[in-house]
Amino acid sequence: MSFVDQLFSNVWIVLLLKVVLVMGFFLVAPLGVGYAEHKILAHMQHRLGPMEAGRFHGWAQLIADGVKFIQKEDVIPRAADRWVFSLAPAVVLVPTILVIVVIPFGPDIWALNLDVGIFFVMAISAVSVIGVLMAGWASANKFSLIGAVRAAAQLIAYELPLILAAVSVAMIAGTLSLVGIVEAQRDYWFVLVQLPGLLIFVVASLAELVRTPFDMPIADSEIVFGAYTEYTGIKFAFFLLSEYGGIVVLSAIASVLYLGGYLAPPGLDFIPGPLWMAAKIGALSFVIIWLRATYPRLREDQLQRFSWIGLIPLALVNILVTAVVVVVV
Amino acid sequence: MEEYFRSYGTILALAVAGAGLVAVAILLARLVAPRRLLPEKLTTYECGIDPVGEGWSQSQIRYYIYAFLFVIFDVESVFLFPWAVVFERLGMYAVVSMTIFILILGSGLVYAWRKGVLRWA
Repeated sequence: MSFVDQLFSNVWIVLLLKVVLVMGFFLVAPLGVGYAEHKILAHMQHRLGPMEAGRFHGWAQLIADGVKFIQKEDVIPRAADRWVFSLAPAVVLVPTILVIVVIPFGPDIWALNLDVGIFFVMAISAVSVIGVLMAGWASANKFSLIGAVRAAAQLIAYELPLILAAVSVAMIAGTLSLVGIVEAQRDYWFVLVQLPGLLIFVVASLAELVRTPFDMPIADSEIVFGAYTEYTGIKFAFFLLSEYGGIVVLSAIASVLYLGGYLAPPGLDFIPGPLWMAAKIGALSFVIIWLRATYPRLREDQLQRFSWIGLIPLALVNILVTAVVVVVV
Repeated sequence: MEEYFRSYGTILALAVAGAGLVAVAILLARLVAPRRLLPEKLTTYECGIDPVGEGWSQSQIRYYIYAFLFVIFDVESVFLFPWAVVFERLGMYAVVSMTIFILILGSGLVYAWRKGVLRWA
């Protein structure tokens, strides 16, 4: 047995390696998306965006921001519930990290191949709602409380179309494992037969991420910054980090469910799978950023109606049609 | 069985690592960040004027309807996932059963909609 084999047969070393890789991905990928957002939005608005930090087109801007955040005074308002206030960033952040564990970057490149993969993703990502509610309630601030209630109502309303769209993919693939779902797309990507599903999934993802046109929970003209109004310094930075982490994670899940994950388009097999996965995550993240530059904000009740009498019935019909087609064909 | 614990062990390890990241960053900020807490700084933010009344104010009661609706459909989705994996083997019988189930829940949504709870005056 070679030294490397021996190293990898040790359970603890493998576990440590997985933790380091997943945490590394979680800390680096959101910075990439964040920087892309600065630059893309800037260019869409005929600005340059960050140009100074790190000399070349301001590539180090977000690292500089991180260093600045950590030096900022951490203020907890006198009226706030100190413990809940401090725990909230962790409750929002940890679910995002946990979802990364099950994302496959190749047939053998994943930290964990759970047989309930997609169910796990949906269950765990729903936990961050509690963190937002904690943040809003513990701040003892009217804006925060209104923002938190809005966020909670929005996250649960759009959780459903997200789950229902994922169910119809699981029906075609016949498995809940994310690797299994990608492997089931060897013949054709599911976007070809599940285009309505993809659209429902992306729209619901935007709402889950609290991004325009669904950013009423942090509507600055009405409620300052919603549940995060009272947060400063590093705790505030964690909320931003989990927002960008969320973009990466939901883009990754959408690529796995609809765009063939790590599979290459026909004839382009010579480019390795992880690069395709990264390219698909990048493309979907770009669309999410692009939409921010395109749409204005909706009104709170319009948002709820859109989900309950638009997306959810559509997703249910999609499930029934898929069921009939799968059984008949 | 060992495999089962090993997979969820990875998840547990990452949950601990994530919580550790937040804890370390907050402690680090404690060390390097300035700390000069003045009474004005500790007041609740309310557009720059002195806050009026309690922060824990009353909020839109309408939101609870959404919570009800959510619970109904969330429980449905728990049934949908196992069904989605096996229904192909059970054939048309499974499809018809699930259609009836979804229609019953759907009628609840239609009722809420016709009752007007989804539309704010």
